[in-house]
Amino acid sequence: MQSPTYLAEGLRLPTNALDYTILAIYFVVVLGIGFAARRSVKTSLDFFLSGRSLPAWVTGLAFVAANLGATEILGMAATGAQYGVAVVHWYWIGAIPAMVFLGLVMMPFYYGSKVRSVPEFLLQRFDRSAHLLSSILFAFAAVLIAGVNLYALAIVVEALLGWPQWVAIVVAGFFVLAYITVGGLSSAIYNEVLQFFVILAALIPISVLGLKKVGGWDGLTDSLTESHGDNFLSAWGGTGIGDPNPLGANWLTIVLGLGFVLSFGYWTTNFAEVQRALSAKNLSAAQRTPLIAAFPKIFIVFAVMIPGLVAAVLVPKIGTAGSDLQYNDAIPYLMQELLPNGVLGIAVTGLLAAFMAGMAANVSSFNTVFTTDIWQRYVVKDREDDYYVKFGRLITAIGVLASIGTAFIASSFSNIMSYLQTLFSFFNVPMFVVFIIGMFWKRASMKSGVWGLVAGTAAAMVNYFWIYKQGIIDIPSDQGANFVSAIVGFVAGAVVMVAVTLFTAPKPEAELAGLVYGTRSPGLEEPPATGDDAWYRKPALLGWGAIVLAVICYLPYSF
Amino acid sequence: MSELHREVSDLETKSATAARLFDIRRIIGGLFVIYGVIVTIAGFFASDEDLKKAQDVNINLWTGLAMLVLGLFFLVWLKLRPLAAPEPEHTGDGRAAE
Repeated sequence: MQSPTYLAEGLRLPTNALDYTILAIYFVVVLGIGFAARRSVKTSLDFFLSGRSLPAWVTGLAFVAANLGATEILGMAATGAQYGVAVVHWYWIGAIPAMVFLGLVMMPFYYGSKVRSVPEFLLQRFDRSAHLLSSILFAFAAVLIAGVNLYALAIVVEALLGWPQWVAIVVAGFFVLAYITVGGLSSAIYNEVLQFFVILAALIPISVLGLKKVGGWDGLTDSLTESHGDNFLSAWGGTGIGDPNPLGANWLTIVLGLGFVLSFGYWTTNFAEVQRALSAKNLSAAQRTPLIAAFPKIFIVFAVMIPGLVAAVLVPKIGTAGSDLQYNDAIPYLMQELLPNGVLGIAVTGLLAAFMAGMAANVSSFNTVFTTDIWQRYVVKDREDDYYVKFGRLITAIGVLASIGTAFIASSFSNIMSYLQTLFSFFNVPMFVVFIIGMFWKRASMKSGVWGLVAGTAAAMVNYFWIYKQGIIDIPSDQGANFVSAIVGFVAGAVVMVAVTLFTAPKPEAELAGLVYGTRSPGLEEPPATGDDAWYRKPALLGWGAIVLAVICYLPYSF
Repeated sequence: MSELHREVSDLETKSATAARLFDIRRIIGGLFVIYGVIVTIAGFFASDEDLKKAQDVNINLWTGLAMLVLGLFFLVWLKLRPLAAPEPEHTGDGRAAE
């Protein structure tokens, strides 16, 4: 199996002083945001959760940007080049329903209960063992994923700009460390909002010029139909159960594995995402955070899919032994081929910004969980608030250093996204099953949480590393195996939770107020802020609007 | 309700973010105006080689103008709908005067 992140030789970009000026301005602004945000950090709540005071459009764009790391962008363009239009599944069924569910159904419990993190919710709903286990798993995964980002960044920067890997790692690591340590979550979120616009300014010109080069959408589809067949341009073509298709998945595993389990696990229980919503200024803004994020998310797929498809036309052998280019090279290749200096600088800046934001989202959620859920709860308790702000800053630095160390695990999978999703299916899937049962079934016992987590994680790992990797059941691709592992983990977690609940004590009813469906937390009845009753701010309308839009988007690619 | 509820509510009343955090619209607006100007100027001086590379589209000009418009949009929005003015100078405990 080839190493994923090696960009082909000869992708060096013809950057000049203009491009570097644009990049330098960005780095200055990034640091400036950190230092300007410093004076707003007074309490630990300011540092870890922006004092629960940000407006919905800011948290919403940060919510989508936290996911729009460069591994996601390069990985999804790679998926487009490899599997064709099927990449839309990761957006329209693999994100939108989960984001809407988070906003409409789960957020009142998350935000209303005033928890500061996802594991803290488990502490309230279940017990300390579920809390500690999920905190440690999350902290571990966050550092690992931050490391993946950093490693991928170093490889890409080396290929594109010719910087040695260690220089890229030190520079990017330093900037992320500096702006989060100084400005806390506000600084991370503000930088994510900025990154969102810069990355769009990078991707849109690439898509437009790429389409022009291959003769527009018609030229693109004609070439691909001829070279790859009809199904390459269809979302659902060839996904009947038993049909062979390059994705290695059928409609059932796509809907259940990707659309339900993986996606709900990622979007609703991954604290790197949920943290953005928890920092919103009131319940309405918290609910709208993922809903506002859903609309750009629906359309971003075009800005990554089109470069992927264009690359598949221009380099027909991409990703095979007959070509120097890997699937992950799609976007860098088009940058090199199409962008003149100026826009090229914007694109390089966007890519670096996306790498740093992808890393920063994980670092800023890691420091929160490590400080409030692990350190403050189990190690050094009951100190004054100031101490935890200081500790948060220290652990941010340690987290960044640790992620540099873990960066090299990324090298044994053929596709960055595959790797990330494998991790998510092991860590997030059981989290999701525990959440969903805990939120909707009052009887689920205190002990059932931790056993659901253990069983789900173990089952997903056994399925992936033993049943799939050892070839006991034949699944055609890593992606397909991920989907199946996710479903297995979900079912195992659910079964074990129910079984454990039958034999152990429920949580006292009084302690469940505001945590379980059908209960309310005291104080939640605060009146809506002025203006929040405007029709375009109604969560239900935003949420269902996003669902309808996603369905409409599917139509042209489904028949 | 729980200890947690009390703890977080207490921290919320001491929080300084709402009062002291600057408005991100100013930064987005400023950066995109600067980028817009730089890239638009690069578009004015686009060489034949640049144009040929970019499929005969003056991509610097168009991208630059689009970024300029986005930057101005944020600055105008900020001007028309400013946040409630924080008064950090007069408030000892960091809460904005309502």
